[in-house]
Amino acid sequence: MLHTARRRWLAGAAAVAVGAIVLTACASQRDDGGGDDEASGDVDTTFVFGASGDPASLDPAFASDGETFRVARQMFEGLVGTVPGTADPAPLLAKSWEQPDDTTYVFTLEEGVTFHDGTDFNAEAVCFNFDRQNAFTGVAASQSMAYYWGVIMRGFGADSIYDSCTADSETQATITLKQPFAGFIPALSLPSFSIQSPTALEEYGADDVGGTEEAPVQSEYGQEHPTGTGPFMFDSISLGEQTVLTANPDYWGEQGVVEEVIFRVIGDTTARRQALESGSIDGYDLVAPADLQSLEDAGFSLVNRDPFNVLYLGMNQAAPGLSDPKVRQAIAHAIDKDALITQVLPEGTVAASQFMPDAVIGWNEDVTQYDYDPEAAQALLAEAGYTEANPLTITFNYPVNISRPYMPNPEQIFTNLQSQLEAVGIVLNPVTNEWVEYLDLIQGGTDHGIHLLGWTGDYNDPDNFVGTFFGLPTNEWGFDNAELFQALTDARGLATEEEQEAAYAAINEQIMEFLPGVPLAHPVPTLAFDARVTSYPASPVQDEVYNMVELSE
Amino acid sequence: MLRTIGRRLLLLVPTLFGLTLLLFFWVRALPGGPAVALLGERATPERVAEINELYGFNEPLIAQYFTWLGQLLQGNFGVSIQTQRPVTEEFLRRFPATLELTMFAIILAVGVGITIGYWAARRQGKPADHFAVFASLIGITIPVFFLGVILKWIFAVQLGWLPSDGRQDPRLDATHYTNFYVLDGIITGEWDAAWDAFLHLILPGIALATIPLAIITRITRASVLEVQNSDYVRTGMAKGISRGTIRGRFILRNSLLPVVTTIGLQFGLLLSGAILTESVFAYPGIGSFLYRAIFNRDYPVLQGFILFIAVIYALINLAVDVSYSFIDPRVRVQ
Repeated sequence: MLHTARRRWLAGAAAVAVGAIVLTACASQRDDGGGDDEASGDVDTTFVFGASGDPASLDPAFASDGETFRVARQMFEGLVGTVPGTADPAPLLAKSWEQPDDTTYVFTLEEGVTFHDGTDFNAEAVCFNFDRQNAFTGVAASQSMAYYWGVIMRGFGADSIYDSCTADSETQATITLKQPFAGFIPALSLPSFSIQSPTALEEYGADDVGGTEEAPVQSEYGQEHPTGTGPFMFDSISLGEQTVLTANPDYWGEQGVVEEVIFRVIGDTTARRQALESGSIDGYDLVAPADLQSLEDAGFSLVNRDPFNVLYLGMNQAAPGLSDPKVRQAIAHAIDKDALITQVLPEGTVAASQFMPDAVIGWNEDVTQYDYDPEAAQALLAEAGYTEANPLTITFNYPVNISRPYMPNPEQIFTNLQSQLEAVGIVLNPVTNEWVEYLDLIQGGTDHGIHLLGWTGDYNDPDNFVGTFFGLPTNEWGFDNAELFQALTDARGLATEEEQEAAYAAINEQIMEFLPGVPLAHPVPTLAFDARVTSYPASPVQDEVYNMVELSE
Repeated sequence: MLRTIGRRLLLLVPTLFGLTLLLFFWVRALPGGPAVALLGERATPERVAEINELYGFNEPLIAQYFTWLGQLLQGNFGVSIQTQRPVTEEFLRRFPATLELTMFAIILAVGVGITIGYWAARRQGKPADHFAVFASLIGITIPVFFLGVILKWIFAVQLGWLPSDGRQDPRLDATHYTNFYVLDGIITGEWDAAWDAFLHLILPGIALATIPLAIITRITRASVLEVQNSDYVRTGMAKGISRGTIRGRFILRNSLLPVVTTIGLQFGLLLSGAILTESVFAYPGIGSFLYRAIFNRDYPVLQGFILFIAVIYALINLAVDVSYSFIDPRVRVQ
C-alpha cells in the first residue's frame, strides 16, 4: 500500500511539471485564435488605460491628485471646462457667464441635462454643490480632504471668500464672493468643483466622511456611488486592480465611440510599458524618455501634452555661499539649458525663462535672462571670493527612482548639470535620496544646497505657480523676502485678469532679479497608445475626456 | 501532539509582541512621513501638520505605540492612509490573490524541484546532473524583478502567448465570490474566466517559483544522494528487493525529510517574495499593496500587513513541524 502511495507522489510531481509545459503551449494556441477573431471583427469599444494608482476617492470634492481627477473627469462635469488643448476656461455645464461686478458671477446653464441617476441638472443642483462644500466641517474640511475648496475659497463657512449661491431660475445661478478673486472662473475647471447629483449625495451620505478622528474614512458615496452628468457612468471599482466606467446613454453632449472605460492599476513604469506592448492596455501616461524611441519604432503612437509645468534648480539660501546674489547668478550663467534639453529631456521640451510656462497669466517676455556664459560665471565666482584654490563647494540634492511629469529622469538631469557646474570650477557634493525622503529633506529642514524640483499646474492661475513657490518663507528656499511675499499676497486678491496680468508680470521680473533658483525647462509629458487609438484629446491640464477618443479597430 | 501544538501557539504570543515593537519603531524610523508622501512636492507645513494631527503622528512615539497596541488587542488594525479603508479589509481583499499565486508557485516549485532533484541525483556525475546543478545555481542567483521583466518580454511582449499583468482580463466581466479567481471561474461555470485567471498566474508564478524551485532541487538532490549511498539501501539491493521499492520506500521517503522543512520555509519566503513579483506583474495582491505602502509610508498598512504575514508564517512552520512527525516517526517520539 505504501508502495502505491509513494508512486502516486512521484507521478503527481511529474504531472505538475508536464502540465505546466503543456498548458503554456495551449495558451499560445488559444491566444493566436483570439487575435484572428479580433482583426476581422468590429471596433472594440472598450478603452483600457494604464493608471499608476487607484482614485483616492470617487467624490471629486475630496480629491486633489491626478489619478482621481483622471477618473472623475469621465463621470463629472463642472460649470466651466477648458478650451480643448489649452488651459483656458471654456463653457461646460454653464453655457455662458457674466460678471456684473467684481464679486458676482451669473451663470446661464445648459438645458436638458440629467444626472446619471435620472434627476435633473439645474440651478438648484449647482447651488447645492457649492453650499455643500462650503459647509464642510471637521475632517471633511481638512486640507487632506477638501483641498481645493480650502485653497481656492481660503477656507470654509464664514472663513471662506464664498458668500452665496442663488438659483434665479431653472437655468440661471448667481454666485457671489465676499472679495474679488480673478482666478475664480479658471479654478472652476478643476474636477473638485464638479456638479454632482444632490439626490445621490444625500442618499449615500456623501458628507459622512470621518470615521474616527485619527482615521478618516471615505463616505459610501465616495466609495461606490459617484453620480455626475458626464459621458461615462460608474460601473465598479476593484481596488488595486481596476475601475470600470460605462457610456452614459442619456449624455447631453457627444457620446463618442468608447462604450466602456477601464482604468487598470499598474504601478510600475516598466510594467505599464510592457502592458501596452503586450496589448493588455490601450495607453498610458508619463512615458519614460528612454522608452520613447523604442515605442515609436515598434509602431505605438506617442501623444505630447503641451507642457504646463516647470522644472527648476532650487538654491537654498540658508546653505553657505548661496545667499550671495553673485553666486546665484554665477550658477545661472553656468547652466546651458539648451544642452540639457537636447541631451536628456524629451523632444519638444522648451527652455524656461521664469517659474511658469508661457500659457499662464502674467508670463513676462522681458524678464532678466541669464544666458549660458561660463566665463561670466567664473568672473562672478571670483568676485564673490571663490578661486581655484578656494572653490565654491555646494551640496547638490536630487531624488532617485522617481519620475515626475516635469522631471522624467532626475539622475540624468543631475549628471548633465553636474558637468556644466564643475566646468566653471564649482565643487559639488552630490546627495541622493528616495522620493519621500527627498521631499522631507528639502521641505522639512535646512540641510540641503541646490536641488531639483518642479511643479505641474492645476489650472490657469499664476498663484498656482509662483504663489505656491515663493508666497511664504520655506525651508526649500531658505530666504525671507518680505517684499516678494507681500507682492504675491496682493496679487492673489486682484479682481480681473487684466490687473493680474500686470501684477504677475512685475512679480516674475522681481523673482528673476532676485533669482531664488534657476528655472530650467518645461518638459513635454508624453502619453503612449496602441496604434488602434487614432485620436486622443491631450490637454496641458489633463482635462482629457474619453468621449473624444477615437478608435480604429 | 496536541500539547506540542498548544505550546507552540502560546509561544507565538511573546514572539508577536516582540515583533510589534520592532515593527513599530522600524516603520517610524523610515525617513519622511506619510504626510509628505501623501502631499507630494508642494506640502505646506500646515498641511503636513494637519495630516499628522489627523492620524495622531504628532504624539510621542511611545504613546502612539501603546495606542496601536491597544487597538490591536481589540482586533483593530487601523485604517490605511492611502485608501482610507480598514487595514484588515484591505488585507482580506488582497490575500486570496496572493494565496492563489503562492499556491501555484509552491506546487510548481515542489513538483518540478523534487522531480529534477531526484532525477539529477540518480544520474550523479553525468551531464544531466551537472546541468541541473548549474541551472539551479542560476535560479537561486537571478533577481525576481529581472527574471519577471525578461519573462514578460519573451512570453507576453514578443510571443504574445501569455498576459503580462493583472489577475484577469477586465473585459471578461467575471463574477467573483471567493476572490480566488480560478476557483470562482470553476464554481460559476465561467470556464473562460477560470482559464484566463490561470493564464495570468503562469508568468508571475514561474518568476516567484524560481528561487524555491532551485533550492528544492538542490536539497532533494543532496538528500537523495546521501540516502542512496547509505548502508540500508545497499543492503536492500543486495537482498534483491525490487528497484521500485528501493526507489520509493527506501530512497524517496527517507530523503524527503529535509525537503519538507525547506518547503515550509520557502512558503513563508514566497509570501515575502511576492512583494517584488506582484509589483513587476501589476498583480493585485498583498505584495504589490505592501510595496506601495513602503513608498507611501502608509504606517498602519506596513505594520498590519507584516504582522499578518508573520502569523501566517508561524502557522506554516507549525504545520511543517507537525507534518514532519508524520513522515518521520522518530520525531514524534521526541
